[in-house]
Amino acid sequence: MAWLNVHETSGASYAGSTPYSRYKHLAAMMLEWRWVLPAFIIVGWFVYYPIIENFRVSTTMQDIFTGEVENVGLENYTRLFSDKVVWSALRNNLLYAIISIVFQVFGAFIVAAIIEDLSSRKMRNFWRAVYFVPSAISTTVTGLLFYFIYQPDIGLLEEVMKILGLGAYAKAWLGDEDTAIYAIIGMSQWQGFGYSALLFTIAIQKIPKELYDAARMDGAGALRQLWSITLPMTREMTGMMIIVTITGAFQVFNEIMVMTGGGPNNSSQVLGTWLYEMGFTQNDMGYAAAIGSLIFVVTTMCGLAQLWYTKRKRVNT
Amino acid sequence: MSTQNIIPEVAHKPKPNPWVIVGRGVLQSFLVLLGIVVLYPLLWMALSGFKSNTEIFNSPFALPQNWSFSSYVDAWNNGVSQFVVSSLIVTAMSIVATVLISAWTAFGLTRTKIPGKPLLVGFVLGGMMLSPTVALVPLVRMMQSFGIYDTHWALILLYTAFRIPFTTFLIRAYMLDLPYDLDEAARMDGATEGQIFRKIILPLCQPIIVSCVILHVLFAWNEYLFAMIFTSSADTQTLPVGLTSLMSKHGTDFGQVFAAMTISALPIVIIFFLTQRYFIRGLTDGMGK
Repeated sequence: MAWLNVHETSGASYAGSTPYSRYKHLAAMMLEWRWVLPAFIIVGWFVYYPIIENFRVSTTMQDIFTGEVENVGLENYTRLFSDKVVWSALRNNLLYAIISIVFQVFGAFIVAAIIEDLSSRKMRNFWRAVYFVPSAISTTVTGLLFYFIYQPDIGLLEEVMKILGLGAYAKAWLGDEDTAIYAIIGMSQWQGFGYSALLFTIAIQKIPKELYDAARMDGAGALRQLWSITLPMTREMTGMMIIVTITGAFQVFNEIMVMTGGGPNNSSQVLGTWLYEMGFTQNDMGYAAAIGSLIFVVTTMCGLAQLWYTKRKRVNT
Repeated sequence: MSTQNIIPEVAHKPKPNPWVIVGRGVLQSFLVLLGIVVLYPLLWMALSGFKSNTEIFNSPFALPQNWSFSSYVDAWNNGVSQFVVSSLIVTAMSIVATVLISAWTAFGLTRTKIPGKPLLVGFVLGGMMLSPTVALVPLVRMMQSFGIYDTHWALILLYTAFRIPFTTFLIRAYMLDLPYDLDEAARMDGATEGQIFRKIILPLCQPIIVSCVILHVLFAWNEYLFAMIFTSSADTQTLPVGLTSLMSKHGTDFGQVFAAMTISALPIVIIFFLTQRYFIRGLTDGMGK
């Protein structure tokens, strides 16, 4: 990632001799700002400002009936830490992250390695495209689709389980407090692994083929090559994917809203949906903003980790 | 690992090991099985759109007895056509705004003597880190006070604002790799910065701009959070939200819901297959080289 390597082209030519020409240069330099002004205004106003404003709102409480806004300091935050649903939502987000790392990072890596092992280029492109298809489709569609698949009466899953002789274990996956979140996470793995597999195939293609030739000469088998060449040579991509996956797991919203709405009994609530529930169903904007701050802290830490990781990579190479 | 490299080295060619052949067979069957797991649900969705409710209940795996388009027609007339129009408007308008502003910004951040450049780069690209969920509460009040709540403008504005950082990042990375001699030569010939942008750099950036457009289509066509919060009436809702309201109204007419889902998924799948090359370039540039 070409993050912050800035080509500094400004310089000595502006060191004007007379005050007049210095002002002229200053004016010229200010004029250069026209290049970033539109982005500066739009991004500043609609991306940065709301986040600052969110912190302010999080220290207030609005009376639903009178509409009066009251300053309550950190009260929303103390409430946050004693709210059981917040903790279970946090646990669900974490669960989302861990399971996604297993399947969408390491699972996808293995799938990518198998794809790249195929001899026909056509087949390699074919599989990689096939697995990617669900990632291109909106999560509303895939969520609704799996809502039906998990249904006990018309659901595909129950039918498949019956065929496999597991019919006795079938149940209303989304209607059970113990399984709802896992069912949703399962859908998400189905949808997302092809995206990371695609990125991994590209990373694997960049590994010099001589390494594999040399390993084969030394009598290394396929598994040994996977472990000693492919895995270390794609380590950067893996590290990056882990960070991106964690960030994504803390922003999950769409699939939960479509499949369970956070239920049953708040068991599949995540931070994003709990924010929505508090702010937009219960009209408790101050508390919703406090949940937003929590999401901000987690995602920003992930973002900084990503920045640190890419910078470190640049230094190493 | 790749087999094609073995071929020229006849001298070193190992004897065919039966375990290797068995292993390859197992791995390839795994790929096929995984392919079925990925594609079958989507096929089931599209086929169920042709079935009656009884067929969906009683014979989930069977092909439709008679291929009836009535569910697709019903879905289209019960609001999907409106949602498609909304999605098209929001996607198209936000593409134009996002790509134009991002290309303009990327040029400024790579090829001008703008003061405070490192800070500006950090500011614009730093926006990528910020999550839309966190901004939600204040944004609702802002959109209401602008009077654009429940209009397409709210979505166009927000999609543009939240995608400028990423799009600028992609275009900027591409522009950094273009030779700076081009600008020098043009400047010698008396071209202004605006002309260098329009006549030299922008045309050269065409491949990455195509990638940006495709990634933006994918984003805007599928976006749910903002669409759900900022639109509420049937004629402003885009497809992802429209689908959920169709579901709550006609949820028991399964054929119709499946048809609506298929209509919403199909365009993006087609676009993906037609533009794979650009798609993949955008994704890989975005993830680091």
